[in-house]
Amino acid sequence: MNAPTSRAEKSALEKKRWIGASVPRPNGRRLVEGAAIYVDDILLPRMLHVYFVRSPFAHARIKAIDTTVAVKAQGVVGIYTGADLKDKVQPMVATMAHFKGMKAAAQYCLAIDRACWQGEPVVAVVAQTRHAAEDAAQLISIDYEELPVVTEMETALDADAPVIHPELGDNLCFTREIDTGNFEETQLKADLVVERTFRFPRHTGVCLEGRSVVGDFSAADGRLTVYISHQAPHMIQDCYARLLGLQEAAVRVICKDIGGSFGIKTHVYGDELATCAISMILRRPVKFVADRAESFLSDIHSRDHRVVMKMALNKDGTIKGFKFDDRLAIGPYSVYPRTSVVEGNQIVNITGQWYRHDAYHATMSAVFTNMGIYSNYRAVGHPVAVAVTEGIVDVGARAVGMDPVEFRRKNLLNDDAFPCTTPSGMKFEVMSHQKCLDKIVFMMDLPRLRREQAALRGQGIYRGIGIINMIEITNPSAMFYGVGGARISAQDGCTVRMEPSGSIVVMNGTGEQGQGTDTIFAQVAADAVGVHMSSVRVVGVDTDTTPYGGGTWASRGAGVGGEATWQAGRALRSNILELASVVLETPVDRIDLREGQVLDVLTGEVRTSLAELGRIAYFRPDTLGNFQAELSVTRHFVPKAYPFTFTNGAIACHLEVDVETGFIKLLRFWVVEDCGTVLNAQLVDEQIRGALVQGIGPTLYEQCLYDERGQLLNGNMADYIVPMAFEMPDIEIAHVCTPTLSSELGAKGAGEAGTAGAPAAILNALNDALSPFGSEMFDMPFTPEKVLRSLRRI
Amino acid sequence: MIKMTVHFRLNGEEVVADADPRTHAIDFLREAFELSSPRAGCEHGVCGACTIRVDNRVVRGCLLLGVQLDGTTVETIEGLTASGEIADLQKAFHERNAMQCGFCTAGMLMTSQDWLSSAQGCSRSGIREHLSGNYCRCTGYEAIVDAVEKVAISRGMKIVEEDV
Repeated sequence: MNAPTSRAEKSALEKKRWIGASVPRPNGRRLVEGAAIYVDDILLPRMLHVYFVRSPFAHARIKAIDTTVAVKAQGVVGIYTGADLKDKVQPMVATMAHFKGMKAAAQYCLAIDRACWQGEPVVAVVAQTRHAAEDAAQLISIDYEELPVVTEMETALDADAPVIHPELGDNLCFTREIDTGNFEETQLKADLVVERTFRFPRHTGVCLEGRSVVGDFSAADGRLTVYISHQAPHMIQDCYARLLGLQEAAVRVICKDIGGSFGIKTHVYGDELATCAISMILRRPVKFVADRAESFLSDIHSRDHRVVMKMALNKDGTIKGFKFDDRLAIGPYSVYPRTSVVEGNQIVNITGQWYRHDAYHATMSAVFTNMGIYSNYRAVGHPVAVAVTEGIVDVGARAVGMDPVEFRRKNLLNDDAFPCTTPSGMKFEVMSHQKCLDKIVFMMDLPRLRREQAALRGQGIYRGIGIINMIEITNPSAMFYGVGGARISAQDGCTVRMEPSGSIVVMNGTGEQGQGTDTIFAQVAADAVGVHMSSVRVVGVDTDTTPYGGGTWASRGAGVGGEATWQAGRALRSNILELASVVLETPVDRIDLREGQVLDVLTGEVRTSLAELGRIAYFRPDTLGNFQAELSVTRHFVPKAYPFTFTNGAIACHLEVDVETGFIKLLRFWVVEDCGTVLNAQLVDEQIRGALVQGIGPTLYEQCLYDERGQLLNGNMADYIVPMAFEMPDIEIAHVCTPTLSSELGAKGAGEAGTAGAPAAILNALNDALSPFGSEMFDMPFTPEKVLRSLRRI
Repeated sequence: MIKMTVHFRLNGEEVVADADPRTHAIDFLREAFELSSPRAGCEHGVCGACTIRVDNRVVRGCLLLGVQLDGTTVETIEGLTASGEIADLQKAFHERNAMQCGFCTAGMLMTSQDWLSSAQGCSRSGIREHLSGNYCRCTGYEAIVDAVEKVAISRGMKIVEEDV
């Protein structure tokens, strides 16, 4: 349904009671009582445990594997190498048709003959307990021959660089270019060109719950049940069926509580797949839970970019064009099935596109390296695109002597400029950059902060203010994956049914990982049907019962899954009113359904209840004559009018740099976000805060450090620094609300904007703080050591 | 492997179980008693997900061996929920959405209750400092600080003024 909102639907939305309210999550109670069920809490009869022996080398030939001693160890049930599983599990090759010229090597679930990153699973040890499996793993002897490694993105394509996969010819996975409006000519005509090189560290998700799966193959039923900590259950069903040689219907995927995901859990991992293959071989449940050391080595990593960014502009502060080259190092494989180049592709699509400009020349190249596998992590590509854009915008404003806010006001797309198509080809439906900027400047009392900043500099205290505008791709259509041939659903289905008691059950193909998705579905269903939210129950995702859906990625839960829920709820409401009309012998336009009661529209008199209608429809349908009540309704929704719906916003950071120690203290953040209709104000705000802190992490602290042999140097939580409570500031949030017209609810995504914008805001605030010293920094993370080097103190 | 018999008081009940001497307290509590709230997040004492209370002190369960529980009194969130000791804190966490995925929540509640029972006065920076050994990837911490602050005030703790 992409038709403009009908008058009736508009009035239904105006009467909403639950949509928008800050209702606590009904499923939150079990989380605070320690009663959540994560995969590791699932105990099945005869369940075995698998532990994976992983390559200690970044690149090595596996000459021999000796398991003769280990296989006899106490508690061991089976030991499997890549060769053992080769005929049972198809290799994964992740490319997509719309990524022209992309190439990738086949990846086996366990390494065969050669390991390509430190941490690649090589041998699976299956035992009665995890301890027994780990003990037996110590008894396995593997003869490796180390091979030359590729760890530097800048030299990965050199003629003398080792080629990781000789069959691919070189280490180039994918390259893409957009060149519109002739940047070369534009820069000659422009008054000046500014250029900076930005670096973004390789980092990872650090979900507190490691990746986990229980594969439970029932030979009697010929079915594999997969309990998995994952964001895309139907995608797992499809991928596992094809890779394990099963019919789609023979794979059932169940997702219970999930201990953080952030994109880390949208992929197919070899060790998880091998766990299920082994369950099929042994015909017993097998559990795999990644411990912290394994998580650092084998979860996908992300970012790792070098971007050379140029902006052509005139002295009056008019932006004329952008040109950049992005190089990203993606590890040895393209991760199945989403690939490892979506990040770079997004950057080419969106960088700079919220500013008016004529010329746009973007190039990206993704290169293979012998480092951890790499793919989509929260806010895919956005932190890079937003930081290089907003970073160069501040550089440009300084170069022409303009206030950065005034410079933005002059160049941002105006709020009445929509819909529009940008130089990179993005179609924007509606945004509110100017409103967001005005609002954030007001919220933070910018003049006061500037006065304070000037006064404190006199006392040797250096504070900085960074303000940025940003966009976030949400509610993706099939343009994201489907067009490329990846079998990842862009649509969501939702079933809403009324039970005999009048209670409402919602089954949606998109589940939750802590965002509160189930809660907003209950809120939407309550208003759509016309019942109290306490009578709505949302059932978790089980591919045997829930309608087909895409899952959680690209901030699609509210906008796509929520809309499917709305459509299904409205259809059920209509069916309930038809039933009531027959029961009450009253025309349907004379009755209304509110708070679970059927009312006379004119007098407000209660005519009957849902419980009474349920009793009649289910137990006395004989009294309804020829009328058949339909009290289970399924509706599907996919955005059609635009390939993506963009959320936009502004973020501001206030920080203080200790110029003696190089430490950066974050004082406060402000966020103004326009995610259209807000379905639950508190949940949206907490998505923004959590995402923002995830964006702070790799800007100041987080980095996967590798040595020249491709060894991860800090793969543990003591050495890989993440944001903790003490360093984090309070974050003030406000909203501008411009609903998307591509759905009736009007909701856009809200889960990634903070991560997308935080690095840019910190970068600009830091450079503002350092400006009295003539220093500038563009190499994240901004560690104290780098700050001191930039100040030439060390 | 020789096992050792461990007697202790777990959430108000006298219990006994055999423990492998090398098994940390979290694996021991999960495996021997099928308790799920004690969770291992990093297994080297950094993340705080495994925080439990032993003899009235909060400890990292992953840095303690199961056999060290012998003769102690152990409390987990299951026990604190049943006794009602932290009902107000749980309600505040729930209402303020101070948990998203929930994996850190048991440890976070334990540490928060520890601060609530020991702090001399309530300040946001004091709460933040005390919670700094507990990692949360989802919330960004502010909602947790809000929830703990609210409970501190409702329990009558004096507010300490802070420099802004």
